[in-house]
Order: sequence, then C-alpha cells, then structure tokens
Amino acid sequence: MSVVLQAKKVSKFFKQPVLFQVLKDISFSIEEGEFVSIMGKSGCGKSTLLYILSTMDTDYDGELFLAGEKLTGKSGEALARFRNEKIGFVFQFHYLLSEFTVLKNVMLPALKLGRKSEKEIERDAMEKLAILGIEDQAHKKASMISGGQKQRVAIARALINDPAIIMGDEPTGNLDSKNADNVFNVFKELSVNNKLSLLIVTHDLDFAKKTDRIIEMGDGEIIGSRSFA
Amino acid sequence: MTNFKIILDISTTFLLSRIKQSTIAALGVTFGIGTFIILVSFMTGLNSLLDGLILNRTPHIRIYNEVKRSEVQPVDLVSRFRNGLNIVHSIKPKKNQIRIHNALPLIESLRRDERVKGVTPQVAAKVFYLSGSTELNGLVNGINVEDEVCLFNFDDYIVQGSPQDLLKNKNGILLGAGVADKMLLAVGDRIQVITTSGGIVPLKIVGIFQSGLADLDNVQSYVNLKMAQQLIGENTNYISDINVKLWDMDNAVPMSAAISEQHDLTALDIKTANAQFETGTAIRNLITYAVSITLLIVAGFGIYNILNMFIYEKMNDIAILKATGFSGLDVKLVFISQALIIGFLGGLLGLILGFGVSVLISHAPFETEALPTIKTYPVNFDPLFYVIGVVFAISSTFLAGYLPARKAEQIDPVEIIRGQ
Repeated sequence: MSVVLQAKKVSKFFKQPVLFQVLKDISFSIEEGEFVSIMGKSGCGKSTLLYILSTMDTDYDGELFLAGEKLTGKSGEALARFRNEKIGFVFQFHYLLSEFTVLKNVMLPALKLGRKSEKEIERDAMEKLAILGIEDQAHKKASMISGGQKQRVAIARALINDPAIIMGDEPTGNLDSKNADNVFNVFKELSVNNKLSLLIVTHDLDFAKKTDRIIEMGDGEIIGSRSFA
Repeated sequence: MTNFKIILDISTTFLLSRIKQSTIAALGVTFGIGTFIILVSFMTGLNSLLDGLILNRTPHIRIYNEVKRSEVQPVDLVSRFRNGLNIVHSIKPKKNQIRIHNALPLIESLRRDERVKGVTPQVAAKVFYLSGSTELNGLVNGINVEDEVCLFNFDDYIVQGSPQDLLKNKNGILLGAGVADKMLLAVGDRIQVITTSGGIVPLKIVGIFQSGLADLDNVQSYVNLKMAQQLIGENTNYISDINVKLWDMDNAVPMSAAISEQHDLTALDIKTANAQFETGTAIRNLITYAVSITLLIVAGFGIYNILNMFIYEKMNDIAILKATGFSGLDVKLVFISQALIIGFLGGLLGLILGFGVSVLISHAPFETEALPTIKTYPVNFDPLFYVIGVVFAISSTFLAGYLPARKAEQIDPVEIIRGQ
C-alpha cells in the first residue's frame, strides 16, 4: 500500500501572546484507504496539526508530503490549487454557502478545478448526493436543509473532485448520535469501497474506536497510536 | 479564463442575496453619474450658448483704422532734444482716414491664407433715422449678408424677415429692434435716414434685427455693402472694417499682431476683446467637474462601506471558498467584480437618468429678450460626456471595491474556522 500523507518533524510555534510551542516534531504517515482518527484533549494541538496538514496553515517547521508531492514551501496559489484537487474537507460546523443551492455547493470546487464541463460536474454532483442519500434536496437552498443533511452535503462537496484524502475537524461534533452514525458509515464505506484515505479529528471515543487507527495527542506530541483493524 | 465564469457566478449570487444593499449602492452611482451628465450637459450647453452670444458673432480678428494720437511727436525727431525730457501739452489725435487703405488687395491676401476660414468687409456709416420731426442717432453697417450668415451666424439675430431679403432688395435695411420699437415700424414699412452729408435716403425695411444687447439694438441697423458706401458718398473701394474668422481661434493673437505690424492698421484679436469669456467658461467647467467628482466620491464611499460590511458578513463563506481551493486572488476577484457590477449597472442607469433629464431640460421653455432665437434651455448632448460618465463610474467603483477586496484576499481561513 502506498503512503498518501506523510508529516516529517512538523513543529509549530505560537508567537502571541508569548512564545509557545504547539506542535513538537510530529511525524506520522497515512496509507491509501486508511481511516485514521486523531484524539486528544482541547488545546493539545490536534486542530492546529490538521490545518497544517490541510495546507491552509503554512507557518510551520518540518516537511509535509501529500500524494507524493512535497507541499512545504509552495506558494499560496499552488497550495490552493492542490487543496482544490487533492483534499476534501468536512468541518464541525457545516460551512455551506447558504445562498447557493445544495447542488451548487457541491459543484463549486469542481467548477473551480475546471477539468470537466458543467454538465458532467452536475451529473457527478448528483451522483455524490445520491451516495449520501440526499439527492432529493439538490435544488433547495443550503440554508433550508437540516443540520444532518448539511453535513452530508459537506461530505458530498469534499468528494466532488475525487480527492486523495478527506480531512475532518470534528465532523460529527455537532450531530446527534443517529446522524453521527450515518456520517461514520459514509466515511467507512468510502474508505473500504473507494480506497479513500480519511483523517478525522474527533472528541468522540465511540466514533474513534470504529476507525482503523487512533492517533492520540497530548501537549503537542503524539503520545500513542492504537490500531483496531 | 475558465475561472472567470464561476467567479462571476459567485459574485452575482452574493449580490442578489443582498439585493437591497446592492441596489442602494448602485443607486448611489446612478445618482452621481446622472447628476454629472445633467450638470455637464446643461453647463456646457449654457456655456456654448453664452460664448456663442459673443464669440460666434465676434470676428476673431477685426481690422480697422483707429483714431489715435501719434506715438512719435516732431520734437522726438530732433536730435538736439533726444537726451532731454520732452513734454508736449495738449496732443490732439492725428487726422487719419477711416477707410482702410488698399482694402481689397488686403482682403484677397487674407483669403489666400490657409489659417483663415473667411473674410468679410464692412462699411460703417453714421446716420440719423428720421421719424416725423424727431431724429434718432443711428449707425448703419454695410455688410455682405451671405458672408455674415455663414461666418457669424447672422441669421440667428434676425427676428422678422430673413437675411436673404436684404440680398434681393438693394434698398433694403435690417432695422434694429429698438429703433423699430421706438418708431413703430414693421417689416415692409419705409424709413428715411439722413446721412452725415445731409442727404435723405429712403430705405425699405426687410427685417428686424435683435442682438439681445439693448444699447446696440437701439442704434444699429444693417444694409448692403454698396448701399452703405452710397450713404457716405464713397466708391466701392471704401472699406472701414475687415472681419476675419479663423479655423482655429488660437491663431488670432499672432495673426493680429502680424497684420497690424505689416499694414499699419489696428487689428483687434478676440482674446483681447473678450478675455473674460474664456475665464468664465473655464471656471464654470471647473465647478461642474468638481461637483460631479464630489458626488462620485460620495457614491464611492457608499460602495466601500457596503462591500466592507458585506465582507464581514461573508467571512465564513470566504473561509469555505479558500478551504475548498479558491485562491486569495479568486476571492479578491469575487469582490472586485461585485463592485464593478454595481458600478457598471449603476453607471448605465445613471447615463439613462442623465439623458432623460437632459432631454426634459432641453424641452423646457426658456424665453428671454436677450436671446431672441432661443426657445428652450440649451443642452449639450456630447457623447463624450457619456463615455466619461461610464469611465468615472467604473473606475471609482473599482477603487471603492479594491480595498475591501484586498482585505478579503488576506483573510486567513484557519482563523475563521477555528474561531467558531
């Protein structure tokens, strides 16, 4: 199996209000089709790590490789393009563009990538929505659907460009257990059927236990790695 | 650029979601541009009317013989007194002929000059208008009607009859409106004038002339060149004034200097004669542009404000766009294109508003003694103003949109997403 994501000695400092090391020489890797969760107490740096891995935060030491490419030191423009193509995002809060339709929300990253025609993208988007069982909501405004549905739309959006990896920052943190299970099952299927790698930051131990591997963090370091597979 | 379509799509959706604010911002531009168009069309229309009032009928160069004292007195020629302080009391003007010496060859040579649009001779004759037992002071100018019409818009000031009637009738006269009024004369009547040599000449009134300057209309009348020469008992060589119209008014000063130098005549250029008009025009233009630019700046602040507020509202959306792969430049373009759409639509509406109101103004009645041929307000429909208006609208909204857009470009999505 090939390595999708690799972090080498990633460190980060917060300079305000006082110099403080959030991440201390983090090194780990994720393989293709692996479903990994990161756990840890608030403030241990797990979200900070995720934002570095997601290329949105570029202010760190160490090196980061994703899908075989070294991302450290690339320009913001190149990283945006890379993010668009290779990384899918799911956040704790649903983060849809509320003025657009559900379908448009899903289509936007693909339209930005511009690799396919608008027709094809629309068909793909409907397909992804169908996988998540919400194709009937496609033409509603994003602000008009329920929280669980929104999260599934966000997942459909994360999938639209067939990314190398999906990252989630507590994607179930804001959902009831039924919806959380739903989201987990979707992730699991993607990981098993589509060989998609997933990296999910979570507080939810039940959720984490069902993943292939748990990376436990504390005080900016990896303090343990448990495997359930 | 495939990107462009999707960016435009996002910005129009954002605009439509805040249709009220967007409309208000656009109306600010509409108001600014509309006012600019109205102001500038009306002002320049009025300007050219006022300028035309004087400048169109004023020759660019007027050549005549002025009565003046000799610059060089005999005592100055005597070498013995050259170093002394010579004071001559009670100098009288030099006896000089009014006619321009060798006028016809001079006219010919002026006509050949390529800077000159046209030349027309005039003969001034002092007369008395005779009405019963009263005699009114008068000044009759002999003119070449055709030249006057095409060079100096002479027909604009004929309120009754037509200049062509003068051409057909060699005993005809175009009587000043003031004279006609005082003497209760109308077109078709006859009037007798007494020449300076004492002869009485009957003339037929073929038209009434009104310049709008009462002093002038009370004395001035026009006859054919030949008739004026007859009135003062001179032959056809007698010319008292030569009026020159140039293609380019800026040549007036150097040409008049050259003429007065060469021919020992007085040549008065239009700039010296009417210096205040150019100043007035320049100041009126300055005021017009200052007011319009102020209005556009106010509209610009409106757009700046609304976009700024918009960006604060849309922080989350900006973060999502960036997280899903839109670059800072894309986000900046989203907001700049919003500003430009507001500017373009607002500006376009402003042009329509400006044009509409200008048309209304140009149909509003405006009648004044001073301007006999003007019935409605003068408005200048120069397409250039509309081009300037659109350029103004787009550039000011671009500037107003650029700063907020740059702020949006620099938003760090991590901060927004973590801040929740």
